[in-house]
Amino acid sequence: MSLALLKQVLFPWQEAIRFFPDEKPLRDSYDVVVIGAGGHGLATAYYLIRDHGIKDIAVLEQGYIGGGNTGRNTTIIRSNYLTPEGVRFYDESVKLYRDLSDDLDINLFYSTRGHFTLAHSDSALRTMRWRAEVNKHFGIDSEVWNRDQIAKDVPFLDLDCGGEHPILGALYHAPGALARHDAVAWGYGRAAAQRGAEIHQKTRVTGIKTSGVAVTGVETNRGSIATNQVVSCVAGSTPRITKMLDIETPLEIYSLQACVTEPLKPFLDRIIVSGSLHVYISQSSRGELVMGASLDPAPLHSTRSTFDFTEGMADMLLDLFPFVGDVKLVRQWAGMADMTPDFAPIMGLTPVDGFFINGGWGTYGFKATPISGKTLAYTIANGRAHPLIEPYALERFANLSLVGEKGAASVGH
Amino acid sequence: MKQIKLDRIGTRPLSEFSYGGEVVDEPEGDTLSDREWAGYLFNADGAPGVKLEWWRHVPTGIWYRLRRNTITDEFIIDQPKVEAKA
Repeated sequence: MSLALLKQVLFPWQEAIRFFPDEKPLRDSYDVVVIGAGGHGLATAYYLIRDHGIKDIAVLEQGYIGGGNTGRNTTIIRSNYLTPEGVRFYDESVKLYRDLSDDLDINLFYSTRGHFTLAHSDSALRTMRWRAEVNKHFGIDSEVWNRDQIAKDVPFLDLDCGGEHPILGALYHAPGALARHDAVAWGYGRAAAQRGAEIHQKTRVTGIKTSGVAVTGVETNRGSIATNQVVSCVAGSTPRITKMLDIETPLEIYSLQACVTEPLKPFLDRIIVSGSLHVYISQSSRGELVMGASLDPAPLHSTRSTFDFTEGMADMLLDLFPFVGDVKLVRQWAGMADMTPDFAPIMGLTPVDGFFINGGWGTYGFKATPISGKTLAYTIANGRAHPLIEPYALERFANLSLVGEKGAASVGH
Repeated sequence: MKQIKLDRIGTRPLSEFSYGGEVVDEPEGDTLSDREWAGYLFNADGAPGVKLEWWRHVPTGIWYRLRRNTITDEFIIDQPKVEAKA
């Protein structure tokens, strides 16, 4: 990059190299229309081209690239889930993430930190042992640590949590990592656009056209587009899309809030999560503490922030790290999380031919971005669900075969 | 903290309430197919709008049926009273 900058200084009359290729005019027909230019949508477009040679793709985005939940999460990547389905799926995602900076030719600042899920009760500790055994069975590095081990590893942590809910142990997951979330969307977007996909921002889908039970096109605020394959990757807006096709889902939209503090000197290498205290915290490469809590108490279609959230979260945070009491918060925000009853996503085919769903990502979508895009591209190209996402079919609710994933971030044990 | 003004308990902070889900009429269980029953159990209208919801005032244990706009998060208390469940 510095060479490119130098070139700009020496030869200012030459056109600057832009990150994204120029936007092309919106055409009236595409092989595949992806709704949503977040990480999942752009990854789907990228893998459709790279793995399956399907290039005639439009990615439609009502806002801007990565402006939804891709840019609103707390960037934690891990695979220490509870169910075999979840562990297999998220482990593939972690593997893809490790090579992703090379693959997309962009620095994702992927940083392996180690991830603690704290247990404050016997029942939570029991769940941690369960998760550790499931993880180990699938070859994933997870183990239960006791208080002494945690104290040695995270010296600033108050293991007694102010005396109210002492930490009894923790699930330690060494591959737990952080990455720059915006760069994931930008990297996938650029890689897809360079290979021929078109990304159209400020293009809102207003309707989906069908003939019989098959998709024939989409209506947008910029005109109609004919297509036989539409995939929805719109997180908190998923029910608005499925409503256009009268597809029923269990999705309910909740606000998930997060915040960052002013930068501090590095003191926290690990990622710390407490399901019981409903707080998770990590220190970014800039030194800010990045923090989140549990979902807001009732469904909400808004990204507003509340003081109740920061107050409640700070209360819990001070139990873990009492010395950050004087540190100032500098930003807070929210994302719209699409929650399912079993804390697992909904992916794959739907009752409408040519309409694919990718939603229900709730509080765990960012870490799944690569594998979600890859398996979804396979599903679209082959017309059948990729084996890794078979358990996540929309049909599972009608068949009463729910997944029962309790390894999600917002679940207390 | 948001305050809600209701009959019987007056003006109380939102933190005293817990959300109990959207009001959905229970179907006749005996006549439903498994698929319809699963639809009643799991499916939800996740689209934005004004919803009729169950809210419990925890200290008194009173259940209220309240209308709320899920985009603006405003309770619409002055609507005509909803008739009691049959």
